[in-house]
Amino acid sequence: MTDQGGTGLRVDAVVQRDAFRLEVDFAAPPDEVLGVLGPNGAGKTTLLRALAGLTVLSEGVITLDGQVLDDTDVVVAPEERPVGLVFQNYRLFPHLTVRDNVAFSPRCRRLGRRESRRIADDWLARLGIADLAARKPPQLSGGQAQRVALARTLAGDPALLLLDEPLAALDAQTKVEVRGELRRHLSQFRGATLLVTHDPLEAMVMADRLLVIEDGRIVQHATPAEVARRPATPYVARLVGLNLYRGVLGDGGCVTLDDGGRIFVAASSAAGAVTEGARVLVAVRPNAIAVHTERPAHASPRNVWEGTVTGMELLGDRVRAQVSGSPSALVDLTPAAVAELHLVEGGRVWLSAKATDLDTYAEVG
Amino acid sequence: MLPLVALLLRAPWGSLGKLLSEDEVRTALRLSLECATAATVISLALGVPLAWVLARAKLPGLAFIRAVVTLPLVLPPVVGGIALLLALGRSGVVGRYLDQWFGVTLPFTTAGVIVAETFVAMPFLVVTVEGALRSADRDLEEAAVTLGASRLTVFARVTLPSIVPSLLAGSILCWARALGEFGATITFAGNFPGTTRTMPLEIYTQFQQDPPAAEALSLVLLFVAVLVLALLRDRWLRGPAAS
Repeated sequence: MTDQGGTGLRVDAVVQRDAFRLEVDFAAPPDEVLGVLGPNGAGKTTLLRALAGLTVLSEGVITLDGQVLDDTDVVVAPEERPVGLVFQNYRLFPHLTVRDNVAFSPRCRRLGRRESRRIADDWLARLGIADLAARKPPQLSGGQAQRVALARTLAGDPALLLLDEPLAALDAQTKVEVRGELRRHLSQFRGATLLVTHDPLEAMVMADRLLVIEDGRIVQHATPAEVARRPATPYVARLVGLNLYRGVLGDGGCVTLDDGGRIFVAASSAAGAVTEGARVLVAVRPNAIAVHTERPAHASPRNVWEGTVTGMELLGDRVRAQVSGSPSALVDLTPAAVAELHLVEGGRVWLSAKATDLDTYAEVG
Repeated sequence: MLPLVALLLRAPWGSLGKLLSEDEVRTALRLSLECATAATVISLALGVPLAWVLARAKLPGLAFIRAVVTLPLVLPPVVGGIALLLALGRSGVVGRYLDQWFGVTLPFTTAGVIVAETFVAMPFLVVTVEGALRSADRDLEEAAVTLGASRLTVFARVTLPSIVPSLLAGSILCWARALGEFGATITFAGNFPGTTRTMPLEIYTQFQQDPPAAEALSLVLLFVAVLVLALLRDRWLRGPAAS
């Protein structure tokens, strides 16, 4: 370990529980909000629990600002860790007022009652909820409880902040309000932050970098923009609304897909490191695919294939059609185009895509 | 229901006032209340940690400890009294040393009454509190730990407040059982006016000489029982809302 003070979080850890194995290796510098994205059961919460000390590592090491929190020799107890965790369901103490909830952690650090309450009032004021100080948690709305939970955790002065699906328990309207505000508070927090979510928009808006976990493993660790443009797995592609195909790059930019079919990619669209014979991913935006009722006569796009419409869904001002074929694709059309083409579910269509509209990159791992 | 109705119908209500003004009765009543309260306090001090161990600890032989703790619930109190004599009596397994080393003798003293009542009544508290600790919200305790709370702080500031309704219910049950305790008390502590003759023993004694007086005194304990029931009902109705 070459960590020094203030270097943030370093994790190289394994948690084995029954058949489930979480195996991750990553770093998060201070000042960074790392979004942890993944499907249910991927191991996101297990990771947070391991960092908070509620679950002991099976192997590996966790260091925070150079201090070992957990390795084969040392396990720092959760109450001794400078780690704050905001639980998904907030877990406010129902018998304590909001002020005493927030003062709980300062009190545990043996600060006097008066000093603890002052710290609590200070945090309540910073989060704009000073007027709630005398209330009890059962009298709070979801958005208010979320803010109190954040205040309670921040009052513990953590060096690492963990948020487990902080907005999942809120209704859609409140979510939008709290999201912007939470983003602002997180940017003021000076330590590293891990924000677990399965909502891609939340991850894109709040995180500086994303860590995508699937089945206990990291499948992608990159900026939100990179994840949105070049998803590493079909799960991520689905989240960001892209078509993603896996295959092997062959002669003349022809990619033979794992699930059947071929796609021609332009040499310029392939990222530098991709060579012939390499396994590649091809990302295609749903609006880069054109739909025809007959085989296009003057086929300027090199990729033309036939499929069956299996579903249509109105998304705002466009229609997203699911077309099954080789390969299957999500295609975006205008409602007018759907009407002109007389598209119906079960109907046969031709799809075309320009080679230059495809993004081709190496598959990792 | 029938016996209670009969008691209410046939008891000589008129003599109640006169009986309650008699010194012997008042002494018995006071002794009962004091001993039951002392037994409840001791049960709380010993029973709550015991309940915590039973609910939370991962020890081998926990099932055995639980069986031993709850045995007095099903044991005939007279048998309990005899067992106490064999254990804590002057020549008992432990009592011998209490006498030799500390000069303490428990049988036939007021302290003996309290020991007998505690022995019989504490399981009511332990069983109630253990159940509450089992169903207490572990998520809140976990949250407290991540906020830096030691185990003791977690217990005092999070767990304990969440089981207050059960703690009260358990204490009331324990107190009521101690108040009515007869078999173990008379066996272990005897029936001496002023020191070990509690209300149940007083009723029993009166019954030998003056049955109507015993009937009237029974009313007093019946009222106490009804009062306890009312308190418990109130607790149990409010309990779930509080947690």
